[in-house]
Amino acid sequence: MPAVDIRALAKSYPKVKALDGVDLRVEEGEFFALLGPNGAGKTTLISILAGLSRASSGTAAVMGHDVVSDFRAARQLLGVVPQEVVFDPFFSVRETLRLSAGYYGVRNPDPWIDELLGHLDLSKKADANMRSLSGGMKRRVLVAQALVHKPPVIVLDEPTAGVDVELRQSLWGFIKSLNQQGHTIILTTHYLEEAETLCERVAMLKQGKIVALDRTANLLKGVGGIKVKLSCHKLPDAYQSKIIANDTQKQGTYSLHLANYAELEALLNRLRTMDIAIEELRIEEADLEQAFLKIMGAHA
Amino acid sequence: MIFDVAFSTLLRKEVMRFWKVSMQTITAPVLSSLLYLLIFSHVLADNVKVYEGKLAYVAFLIPGLVMMTVLQNAFANTSSSLIQSKMSGNMIFILLTPITPIQMFLAYVLGAMIRGVIVGIAVYLASLIWAPVMPAHLEWMLLFGVLGSAIMGILGLIAGIYADKFDQLSGFTNFFVTPLTFLAGVFYSIKSLPPFWQALSHANPFFYMIDGFRYGFFGLSDSSPWLSLAVVLSFALVLAMIALRMLQTGYKLRH
Repeated sequence: MPAVDIRALAKSYPKVKALDGVDLRVEEGEFFALLGPNGAGKTTLISILAGLSRASSGTAAVMGHDVVSDFRAARQLLGVVPQEVVFDPFFSVRETLRLSAGYYGVRNPDPWIDELLGHLDLSKKADANMRSLSGGMKRRVLVAQALVHKPPVIVLDEPTAGVDVELRQSLWGFIKSLNQQGHTIILTTHYLEEAETLCERVAMLKQGKIVALDRTANLLKGVGGIKVKLSCHKLPDAYQSKIIANDTQKQGTYSLHLANYAELEALLNRLRTMDIAIEELRIEEADLEQAFLKIMGAHA
Repeated sequence: MIFDVAFSTLLRKEVMRFWKVSMQTITAPVLSSLLYLLIFSHVLADNVKVYEGKLAYVAFLIPGLVMMTVLQNAFANTSSSLIQSKMSGNMIFILLTPITPIQMFLAYVLGAMIRGVIVGIAVYLASLIWAPVMPAHLEWMLLFGVLGSAIMGILGLIAGIYADKFDQLSGFTNFFVTPLTFLAGVFYSIKSLPPFWQALSHANPFFYMIDGFRYGFFGLSDSSPWLSLAVVLSFALVLAMIALRMLQTGYKLRH
């Protein structure tokens, strides 16, 4: 039974189609990424799965439980870390977590709450009021709230936005260990390198449609070629079309996408004959960002 | 199971919420009610006759003020809890969970009733300093106290869900709840009004809550307590159905 089973899901708002017939299955135990530009429908998809939004048509189920007709079971099996940092200013960290546990019917939640606080480096703040916490801490409390009932399926909507690098690492370490224990993880993120290192499978959404759905490795293979970072004062006109659109901020520094090493060889020859000096040269393997841009570009 | 851990947790949260700011939610309303009592009883005691002089004005005033405080605070509890949760976004902490619409309804409304009753008891106890008014028909008094606070808790739930902004809600409070409670015969017997205003008062559901509650104290009232009970019960039923429907469809909560 898939952890998440989404069929022909559509959601229309008066002016936009947020989701336009999405089919998606995420198997139990997967570490899955949902990518897409802003407004692609990622958060809408998660909201429908979590019962925060109602689909216009189609169905969604968590561990075989429909999110509408069998919402109690579906929500009990799902933990959601929302994108926006929200909190209840009336309560301390511990009170917040005890209440969340209670809403899920958990009795005697304190041992697990203490463990969660430890993993998320919040033990010292257990009795602090939510208001007094920094943004990153509040976000970690949201993570703890999503895990307080030990859900088998965990959805994280941009969990590391605004979290500093060190904490991001420890947060992913913790999420990875949950995945190894058998939890299914679904995440949306803007940091494509995170998705690349963590996720076995990736779905890319654009304008409410899935435009790519494959194993991360396959998507990377699909890009092919090499990425070359080159610093020189001028680039031959023939190579202008190879520039990767998003990476030309610095004058005289170009990121190019080349088909293979032979093409690089040709470029280097060309530069030499034109007497253009190379100040810096770096070769990188294809990454998910390139795959992302290529797929998004193809569906423009 | 309706009354499970999830329900009791949500109820506890609702009680903790007002208890943590009890200065605002309990002390302040008790104080303002006592100020009404002090001022109105001083100014009006010798000038106003109620129930053909069978009752001292101060005694008449006390149940009215107690009930008014119960009603206003029950309303304030659900409405402010809902609007705050909606505006700050922490409503999702409840919406994400398996809590059912009926559990939400009962937990919110019970939380409001608890606050209303606490404030009402405090006003009543303090009022004993002015006039030792004892309820003659305890069962009627309790019945109307409980029903009135429930109604206003439900009304607050509806208003809190419906309102998109704080000022919409305060509009609802200032232009609907406060006038209707003030004009429901808290400070006067509606029998003293000209016929037109008397008739209009009978169209105000709040009047029946206060009148029935007052009957519980004195066995005297402007309307029959049975009529009041019938009106109050139907009002409660209609509001409960609206509120439950809103929660079940996710009106303004689930988009």
